[in-house]
Amino acid sequence: MKVLVGVKRVLDPQVKARVKADGSGMDLTNAKMSMNPFDENAVEEALRLKEAGVVDEIVTVSVGPVKAQDSLRQSLAMGADRSIHILTENELEPLAIAKILKTQVEKEAPGLVLVGKQAIDDDSNQTGQMLSALLDWSQSTFTSKLELTKESATTTREIDGGLETITIKMPAVITVDLRLNEPRYATLPNVMKARQKPMEKIKLEDLSLDVSARLTILETRESETRSAGVIVNNVAELVDKLKNEAGVI
Amino acid sequence: MTILVIAEHNNNTLAPASLNCMSAALQLAQQADCAIDILVAGNDCDEVLQSCSKINGVSRVLSANSDSLKHHLAENMADQVVTLASGYSHVLAPATTFGKNFMPRAAALLDVAQISEISAVVSSDTFIRPIYAGNALVKLQSSDSVKMITVRTTAFESAETGQGSATIEEIEAVADCGLSEFVQQLISESERPELTSAKIIISGGRGLKNGQNFDLLYAVADKLSAAVGASRAAVDAGYVPNDYQVGQTGKVVAPDLYIAVGISGAIQHLAGMKDSKVIVAINTDSEAPIFQVADYGLVADLFDILPELSEALG
Repeated sequence: MKVLVGVKRVLDPQVKARVKADGSGMDLTNAKMSMNPFDENAVEEALRLKEAGVVDEIVTVSVGPVKAQDSLRQSLAMGADRSIHILTENELEPLAIAKILKTQVEKEAPGLVLVGKQAIDDDSNQTGQMLSALLDWSQSTFTSKLELTKESATTTREIDGGLETITIKMPAVITVDLRLNEPRYATLPNVMKARQKPMEKIKLEDLSLDVSARLTILETRESETRSAGVIVNNVAELVDKLKNEAGVI
Repeated sequence: MTILVIAEHNNNTLAPASLNCMSAALQLAQQADCAIDILVAGNDCDEVLQSCSKINGVSRVLSANSDSLKHHLAENMADQVVTLASGYSHVLAPATTFGKNFMPRAAALLDVAQISEISAVVSSDTFIRPIYAGNALVKLQSSDSVKMITVRTTAFESAETGQGSATIEEIEAVADCGLSEFVQQLISESERPELTSAKIIISGGRGLKNGQNFDLLYAVADKLSAAVGASRAAVDAGYVPNDYQVGQTGKVVAPDLYIAVGISGAIQHLAGMKDSKVIVAINTDSEAPIFQVADYGLVADLFDILPELSEALG
C-alpha cells in the first residue's frame, strides 16, 4: 500500500508568535520554522507501517513557499521515499489545501492519507476532514492508535470524554494526535541521503484549481496578555487571598 | 435567514457545550434578526429533544432519528448537515471533538469554508477567532452563502433554558453511508465536575512525578468541588488519561479559579487556560513561565503544599 502524508511548515512550537505592529498579520521574519508537530507524528506512523510491512511507499506532500521544501526534506530524512512540493506564495485556506491534496491523491492513488489533526499556526483542524469529504473516503480524526489491514482500519480516537474506537473502510484519511507515536529524529547520514531523494515540484497555477479565499482577514492582533501577580509565602496566605481578595473560593 | 445549531448530546442528555454554542447563535440572531433551529441527530433522543425545546430563543427542534446517527459518525453526520444547510445562513456546532469531527467534512461537501472556534461575533458575517495557540486573534469576514462555524465554548456564556417552547419536528434522517462503524467508547467516569464546565480546576503536570501522586490533587479537588486537569506532559507520561489534558490540543477551559500544580507553563498549556479568571501556580522553579500568568504564585514543593492546602480548606 502506498501512503500519502501531508506536511506543513509552521512557526516552531517553542517560539512565541508575534503580530505585526500594523495588525496586518503575523510577523514571521527570521523566525525559526519547523514541521508541524502533528505532521511529524503522521510521517512517523507511515514509517512504522512501512517497517511493519503494511506499506511499501511513503510520499510526502506540502503546499507552500519554496521554504516548505525544508519540511519535506525533513520527512525524507526521517525515511519517506519521495516528496511533492506544490509551490505557492499565498496563504491558502484549509478548503483550498484539501482541493490541492485531492489532485495529488488522484494522481498517486494511495490507499491511505495521513495528516496531523491540526496545524499549530492557524489551529483550524479542518484539512483532513475536508480532504476525506472531497474524496468520499472514510475518516478518523484525533487518532491515537491505528491498526491497519488492506480493507479496513481500526482506530482509537481521543475524544473529549475519553477514547472512542471505530472501524473504517479503506481507503481513508486519518488525522493523527500526538500520542499516536514518538517521532524519530533524522540522523545525519539520513539527512545527507535525503538530499538525493526525489522531490517533484509543481506550480499551483498548473493545477488549474479554484483556490480563492472565502474569508477575508480584516485584522490580526495580539490577544490580551496577563501580567504576573504576586508571590505568596505560604498556604495560609494563598487561601486568604483566594477567599478575601479574589473571592473565588 | 435562519441559524441552525447542531446539538451535542449522547442520545440521553444534552451536552453543556450546546448551550454555549446556543449563546453564540443568539448573538448572531440579534445581529441578523433571524430565527434559530436546533438539530438533534441521534437515536431515540426524547429527553434531548425536550431539553432543546425549552432553550430560550429556539424556534424549531429538528429531530433526525436513526440508528445511522446514533454514534455521530462523521460521514453520516456530515451528510445529515448537508441535507439541511441550504436552508440556513449559518450552521453552528461547538468546537469540541464532536463538532470538529464532522463540521469541516460538511463544509467541504458544501464547498464553503469553515470558521473554526470563533470567540466573538462581530456581525452576521464577521467573527473573531484565536490563532497561534491563542497568542493572536484574527477578525475575519466570510463571503460564503452558508457560514459553517464552530464555537469556542469558553468564550460564550451558557444560554438560558426554561422559557422556550419550540416545536419538535421529525425530519428525514440520512441512511448509513457504510464507510465507518462504531466499535466502542471508553468514557472516563468521574464524580467530579466536568473540566469544560467546572468553576474551579486543579491541574497537575510532570512535577507530580506519577499517577499515584494525583491523589494529592484529588484530595484538594474534592474540598473545592473542583475538576482535575493535567498538562500534556502528565498525560504523555501516562499519569492520567487523555481527557484530562488542558491546552492547545486538549481542552480549552476558563474557570473562575485555575490552580496549576507542578506545571511549568509551556505556550501550549497556557493556550488552554489563560482565560481563567484567577490563576494560581504552585511550582518549585521560581523561573517557570507559569508564574508570568499567575495571579498568585507559591514557590514551594507541591508534595508539602498539597496536603497543607487540603487541610487548610477544611
